[in-house]
Amino acid sequence: MRSALDERITLKYGAGGEAMRTLIRQVFLDGLIPQHPNGDIGLAAMDDGAALRVGGRWLVVTTDSHVIHPIFFPGGDIGRLAVSGTVNDLAMMGATDVLALTCAVIIEDGFPRADLIRIQHSIRAACDEAGATVVAGDTKVMGRGELDGIVLNTTGIAMSDRVVPDSGLRAGDLLIVTGTLGDHGMAVMAERHGLALDADLRSDMAPINGLVRAALAAAPGAIVAMKDPTRGGLASALHEMAGKSGVGIVLDEEALPVTAPVRAASELLGIDPLHVANEGKAVLGVRPEAVEDVLAALRAHPLGREAALIGRCVAERVGAIILDTGFGRRLVTEPEGELLPRIC
Amino acid sequence: MCLGVPGKVIEVRDAVAVVDFWGVRRHVRLDVVDEPVEPGDYILNHVGYAIRRIPIGEIEATLALYEELLARAEAEDDLMAADVRNEMQGTGND
Amino acid sequence: MTDGSGVTRRSPGTPRGLAELKFRDPTRARALSEALAHVVAAIGRAPVSVMHVCGSHEQAIARFGLRAALPRGLNVIMGPGCPVCITDVPEVDEGVALARQGVRIATYGDMLKVPGTVMSLADAQAEGGRVEVVYSVAQAVDLARRCDEPVVFFATGFETTAVATAAAVLRDPPANFFVLSAHKYIPPVMEIVAEMPETRVEGFLAAGHAATITGWGVFEPFVARHRLPVVVAGFEPLDILAGLLKLAELVRDGAADVANMFPRCVTKEGNRRAQEQLWRVFRPIGGKWRGIAHVPNGNLRLRDEWAHLDARRQFDIDLRRLWDHAPPALVDACICGDIMAGIKAPTDCGLFGRECVPHAPVGACMVSSEGTCKIWHQYGGHPDLALPAQGGDGAVCAR
Repeated sequence: MRSALDERITLKYGAGGEAMRTLIRQVFLDGLIPQHPNGDIGLAAMDDGAALRVGGRWLVVTTDSHVIHPIFFPGGDIGRLAVSGTVNDLAMMGATDVLALTCAVIIEDGFPRADLIRIQHSIRAACDEAGATVVAGDTKVMGRGELDGIVLNTTGIAMSDRVVPDSGLRAGDLLIVTGTLGDHGMAVMAERHGLALDADLRSDMAPINGLVRAALAAAPGAIVAMKDPTRGGLASALHEMAGKSGVGIVLDEEALPVTAPVRAASELLGIDPLHVANEGKAVLGVRPEAVEDVLAALRAHPLGREAALIGRCVAERVGAIILDTGFGRRLVTEPEGELLPRIC
Repeated sequence: MCLGVPGKVIEVRDAVAVVDFWGVRRHVRLDVVDEPVEPGDYILNHVGYAIRRIPIGEIEATLALYEELLARAEAEDDLMAADVRNEMQGTGND
Repeated sequence: MTDGSGVTRRSPGTPRGLAELKFRDPTRARALSEALAHVVAAIGRAPVSVMHVCGSHEQAIARFGLRAALPRGLNVIMGPGCPVCITDVPEVDEGVALARQGVRIATYGDMLKVPGTVMSLADAQAEGGRVEVVYSVAQAVDLARRCDEPVVFFATGFETTAVATAAAVLRDPPANFFVLSAHKYIPPVMEIVAEMPETRVEGFLAAGHAATITGWGVFEPFVARHRLPVVVAGFEPLDILAGLLKLAELVRDGAADVANMFPRCVTKEGNRRAQEQLWRVFRPIGGKWRGIAHVPNGNLRLRDEWAHLDARRQFDIDLRRLWDHAPPALVDACICGDIMAGIKAPTDCGLFGRECVPHAPVGACMVSSEGTCKIWHQYGGHPDLALPAQGGDGAVCAR
């Protein structure tokens, strides 16, 4: 129901679900759909990035703004997130060799210099891990109260011989996730709500372009779709992939890798780990004959030790994600809006 | 009737217990639980308050209850099957 | 089984290390499901309708995918047991009005997005209202201790949750802590459903956690009056299946009894200490539940002794200004009440799937993760998730 309130953009529009996609379609795409005669992948595809033909190769571009709060938390900070997020978006398109990054910051008046330096160190360290460099940036300061601490924007560019869309799945393909689910979102939620959870919850944020490179090398052509399950969790990522590809997906709950602390925290808060953001993981759609090779390549890499086969694509129930719970079956929905702890 | 979660008491400090839920610890208040609670006990937590001390023996008792229910259901099944068999053989038991 | 790295695999959604493990055993679950199917068949009429009155039961059923495994001849209706769903529109409005008047509100996450006449608490928050999500009433009290201004705890939930609020009230909260009580009491609404002429309900599954407080004895008068069986059940998959099996047996045998299938937490008398605190602080009054007519003794309000922290008595809650901007009667067209009473299905509602969808809900049944409409919207109706048979043991993935 569109009420007068929808004349304002509220938090639910940033949460990665249906509301956000509708907003993008209605406001940003309307009238802006350019022609792509070269087969370029542009805004209308709403993929992780854009891919433009340049000569015989692809130039892949992506941009992200980072507004996470708290700024520092177990496992990372906004700087590490900024680099990882952008490098991973490029990687999800198949572009694992980063050409360059830009980084613009908007800082609130009064922000501690020491914190800024700490963030810069994180950015540098993450760049080293990814083999990337920040080549350009911008710095602005806004008045106290005009923004919440700090906002980062990063843009990444890479050249690539191939592009892997998020829409290439077909019935029979199998789904692999590169590691444990829900680590980042649970760690942030515990911090943000001051939930006094005395547990080892750490964000998983990391650049995974090296991991993806290894997987792509192990099975060229057999990885047909990729996405990183960030906001909205694995549920959102799979919904997009299934919808765009025209398949249904069946997941095996027993096969989903989840650490014990994340499992416990999600039971306590009544939150589904499938809805929780990840910042160092990918879900890959793989042709069945290549699945063992891809799993082996992932597990051989330090960031892919917990890689697991979690589901398969079917021709029925297009766009739906069905979870086999071991007791029965249910549909996996996308979370709407911000995740909130539940008491009932 | 909402999200009641069982956990194991690690420590008790006056009216507050430190409770372990599958490796995650939380503070749970003991203002409404109707029995004294000690480290090692299991409690049922609801919105940060322990509402019941769960006696360990009860868990086994409940499982036994379910087994009994199943056994009875199977036995009735067998009776039904026996009736069907008898009818088929024409000896008809009522 | 784990691989030592702390990653849990093998058991569906099962945390390690607790005896509760046994209540998620899929083999026993399958056995119970089969037994249930046989008993339902033996009842000889279809469908057999039973009702549960607990949001967490619905949540567990949905989460474990149990409905897809229940026999077709058994209709497990979700009754008015979701506290979010039955919190009446004016009650939400009270919280919203206070937030817009600049008062700090603390609330459980479940209530944040429930629509009032004009807006939800989340909307009030977007407009600058200070609404904070808490996990426990104790957190709200802490909040009040740490600041100088009034903090109003918007108290929602059934009697199990009201017990916690009562405990907080009795423990000398600071003078700036107030309670806006929208708590509800479940047993009276079972009477209403049982008395509805259209009702087809043949038995009730009662909520294990509420019964932990009230005891199962509280259902004896109900059973005697209406000659309908009541089974108290817990929330793990085995608890629910065993509870339904027992209920089906009682229906088959025409036995009007109360059966306690949750003995590890529920006794006949319940938790007396919690009851004393509950009734010292609250008194039951009649009131309207969202979409359902008047429920005698269904609402819990603070007794006069606690007037000093009763938000309704200490604040001038200006609802008229709110209602001046009320949009036309979408809210009137909402039939959540009939759906919660099990009389209508979501597909009978003209708004379902059109004006009323999960990201833009009209009625609370679509807001709550347990609401019938939300669940139907997810499943496209009653869940039917069978797929064409696959080879081998039917497992999705090799292990």
